[in-house]
Amino acid sequence: MIGDPARGLDEGALRALVPRVLAGLVRRGEDFDAAEDALQEALLEALRVWPEHPPRDPRAWLATVATRRLVDARRSAAARHRREETTYAEPRPTATEEGDDTLLLLFCCCHPDLAPASQVALTLRAVGGLTTREIADAFYVPEATMAQRISRAKLTLRGRRLDQPGDLAVVLRVLYLVYTAGHAGRVDVAGEAIRLARQLTLATEEPEARGLLALMLLNHARLPARLDSEDRIVTLDRQDRSLWDTREIAEGVRVLQSALAVRTEERRPGRYQVEAAIAALHDDAASAEETDWPQILAWYDDLVALTDDPVRQDPAAVLGRAVAVGHVLGALAGLRETDRLREVLGERHRWHAVRGYLYELSGDLPAAATAYAKAADRAINVAERDHLVRQAARARAAWL
Amino acid sequence: MPKYLLLKHYRGGPTPYRPVPPMDQWAPEDVEAHMAFLRHVGELLEKNGEYVDGQALTPARTWVRYGGPDAAPVITDGPLPETSDLVAGWYMIDVESYERAVELAAYVSSEPGPGGEPLYEWIDIREVMSEAPPED
Repeated sequence: MIGDPARGLDEGALRALVPRVLAGLVRRGEDFDAAEDALQEALLEALRVWPEHPPRDPRAWLATVATRRLVDARRSAAARHRREETTYAEPRPTATEEGDDTLLLLFCCCHPDLAPASQVALTLRAVGGLTTREIADAFYVPEATMAQRISRAKLTLRGRRLDQPGDLAVVLRVLYLVYTAGHAGRVDVAGEAIRLARQLTLATEEPEARGLLALMLLNHARLPARLDSEDRIVTLDRQDRSLWDTREIAEGVRVLQSALAVRTEERRPGRYQVEAAIAALHDDAASAEETDWPQILAWYDDLVALTDDPVRQDPAAVLGRAVAVGHVLGALAGLRETDRLREVLGERHRWHAVRGYLYELSGDLPAAATAYAKAADRAINVAERDHLVRQAARARAAWL
Repeated sequence: MPKYLLLKHYRGGPTPYRPVPPMDQWAPEDVEAHMAFLRHVGELLEKNGEYVDGQALTPARTWVRYGGPDAAPVITDGPLPETSDLVAGWYMIDVESYERAVELAAYVSSEPGPGGEPLYEWIDIREVMSEAPPED
């Protein structure tokens, strides 16, 4: 039971109810904006009340409290406007699958008219069931700022038809954004992104949804090894692979295989499946030396083939491919690949960091130290900056 | 309790007491010692109940001004004299007194540099204006 006081409140289970309850309210004709606000209030009340008084039917409890809030809000609005209270249609009984609820709400929250930051915030609140406070903490902004961002997003959606199927590609991109943003605060936002992607795979047959879930799982599995005890970055080639989460890797591989199983000559795997395949090959290597670089390079070839002008449209893929080229065809060949990106990525820390790595691979330590130092100057993240300074100092010390 | 910013600079300020090369040219163990010390400062401030905020800034700088009606903003990222101030980051602290802020700034400045010797870095102390309503 969700609110069993002996175990404390299972917030994950509570959050999982949010999209179902919200979709129920929206389906019976409630305004998305008002329903979402009402449910957020119900959620806060649940977090307060349930530890002491667990409800018998948590989902019904949330729906009832949210509906009461909606009625209250309408009453006061009606009073303000001196208008008569309108009557609302009785809820239609529906036998909707959980997946449909999630999909409906994801299309609302990932509406193409919203800015990415708003899509992410709204998704975490309306589908993820996080409180405004938790989302604000995860993104290091004041709670009032996040509340305003969410209410402005909902204002943008007002009057839009929200019952139409939306753009699944946007939903996938937003979920991936949630995943990559998720490392701070009390709530594990990356874990939340995985949960949402898993729900999405129940709602759609699209193999890219499974590709995205697989990609998240296969990367998340390495998380325990990515930082040492003093929060220093540990690069893939130096990670303690016994710390990797083998259960997540197994699930990721299984999900990826089910996605790749439906590929045909005409229907080739999309970018999330390709990136997941690359992650799977890294996860599969018992040591850095055993990494299957030729196969990784083959997948990178597929990845850059997805765009007409990869240097401009997908420079990150070209940069990743350059590393694979460096391992398969030699560091100098890899460096030549990075030259093509100088104009596009030459001021980005990652471009210099990859060149530092390839120079080091080639044995040119002075050039590696210079490249790492340039990367450090351009880093926009403290942990990465510190890591790159260390790499520069280490390369320099090894040659002096 | 007054709040202070303890500002660290990439450049600018009084003549360095001990000029040192950029950190990527230090011995790796000196880099580690330096970073460990800064982590320790953050933890210490939190433990003392004096920590408010701490942030680092990238060295990239853009100056912007209003371009006038119907004109794009005017942007310049240089050239600026190398001696112009460039803030690298800050601690914001909430402390008993100005004297305590000075004490903490001096402690930050004792951070280890090349050879494990203190850096003697100049720290810029700025008091944050209070937003509390003035008392009669």
